[in-house]
Amino acid sequence: MAKLILSFENTVLKTIPLDKERITIGRRPDNDIQIDNLAVSGLHAVITTIVNDSVIEDHQSTNGTIVNGQTVQKHMLQHNDVIELGKHKLRFLSDAPAYQDYAKTVVIRKPGTAEATVRAADVPTVLPPAAPAAPAAAPAAPAAAHAPVREATLQVLSGAAVGRVLELNKSLTTIGKAGVQVVAFTRRPVGYFVAQVEGEQPALFNGEPLGEHPRQLNDQDTVEIAGTKMRFVYK
Amino acid sequence: MLTDALRMVSLSDTGMVRDLNEDSVALRPELGVAVLADGMGGYNAGEVASGMAVSTIADGLVQDWNSEALLTLDHNAAIRLSQSVLQTQIKAANAAIHAAAQNDAQCEGMGTTLVACLFYDNFLTVGHLGDSRLYRLRGEIFEQITRDHSMLQEQIDAGMISKENAHLSNNRNLITRALGVVPEEEAEMHSYEVRADDLFLICSDGLHGMIDEAQIADTLTMLRANLNMAAQQLVQAANDAGGKDNVSVILVRVMKSFAAMR
Repeated sequence: MAKLILSFENTVLKTIPLDKERITIGRRPDNDIQIDNLAVSGLHAVITTIVNDSVIEDHQSTNGTIVNGQTVQKHMLQHNDVIELGKHKLRFLSDAPAYQDYAKTVVIRKPGTAEATVRAADVPTVLPPAAPAAPAAAPAAPAAAHAPVREATLQVLSGAAVGRVLELNKSLTTIGKAGVQVVAFTRRPVGYFVAQVEGEQPALFNGEPLGEHPRQLNDQDTVEIAGTKMRFVYK
Repeated sequence: MLTDALRMVSLSDTGMVRDLNEDSVALRPELGVAVLADGMGGYNAGEVASGMAVSTIADGLVQDWNSEALLTLDHNAAIRLSQSVLQTQIKAANAAIHAAAQNDAQCEGMGTTLVACLFYDNFLTVGHLGDSRLYRLRGEIFEQITRDHSMLQEQIDAGMISKENAHLSNNRNLITRALGVVPEEEAEMHSYEVRADDLFLICSDGLHGMIDEAQIADTLTMLRANLNMAAQQLVQAANDAGGKDNVSVILVRVMKSFAAMR
């Protein structure tokens, strides 16, 4: 269960579990989290929790609700977010498992009452994700995948547009004439690739026919599309 | 001939994280049928559930969707019949999956999402359950046609989260309706008119959960002339973004009108 750590001027006052769908925060004693400070409005903000999501919403408070230094109207709380109300702070600690991203789909009943509980009988028996080590190992791939891609361009070597430089800054760029000859350049974490999308006549890759199977581009490779020659160049 | 008017391809990939591919797809292009299912359950039950869903529904339609009987029906009557015939197959698939789950401890509680499409007489009837989706690219407009049966969609509908912030949600894997988990279930069913040049995408959440719709739309727009390449590019993009789930796509391009010959 997610929870909040309430503190005032760096002193931790208490831990509050988010055990209800709706948790009110304010100066009045009838709030779930009462903060007895004039900077806090009678009813200042509300945190609504639906299963693994908690959203904080300001309730027209006088001094506003601030999350991580920014005033917010409505904000989906992420692990370690800090909510400021006057001089009090609430740190949000999520309990969504680290492998949440890898969690398999489950069927959940629509909430009949205010609480959206997942009834064990209704949930397919789901094994933990493929070996607990997997989430630790898997991020290595995405981390490498998100390493910055080297910038590259196409320099037009012939034809009417000779001298023009085209930036390959999108994940997919198509060049050519629809219905005649079209070539696709893909920009992926592992490099740039080129393939022929359509056209009876083959486009050329370093002078050889380019097929539908993507070919990896190396610095200075040439591509000829509908008679126009281009050079692939890393910036 | 439907196979002249509709070009269909499918591609299903385990992704970069999962051990098993529990998505299933089935095409019957001669009948205008395309079915996709994303299964869930312990062990390999997801694979069992999704496989049962697509084969029961596709084979059932081959049996029951009789084009000769259809020739006597007008356009609206054909639409009504398509919904009833498709729903019958879906209910049968639900019963079969649910029964199998009761009989095999390893399959307990198994279920699957579903998107089942039937193209006929310039219309499309689609039945769906869960968060696998049908999208349509028409001209420059790319639109999600089915509405997810998921906790996240309910939160969006309730104004709790904006669609733009949906990727921040931790409830992404919670669906509210599925095939096979309760004794009787039927799909949400709609029919839409179809035009020449429409391009339809059916996909599991392994696609739309990994790459944004703008990138999907651009890919389909730029590669529509080569459906196989478009499908490969979508799957590759999902895997490059992390490939956290099985990813499956079906693409259907409408090359020309397919009005029924009455």
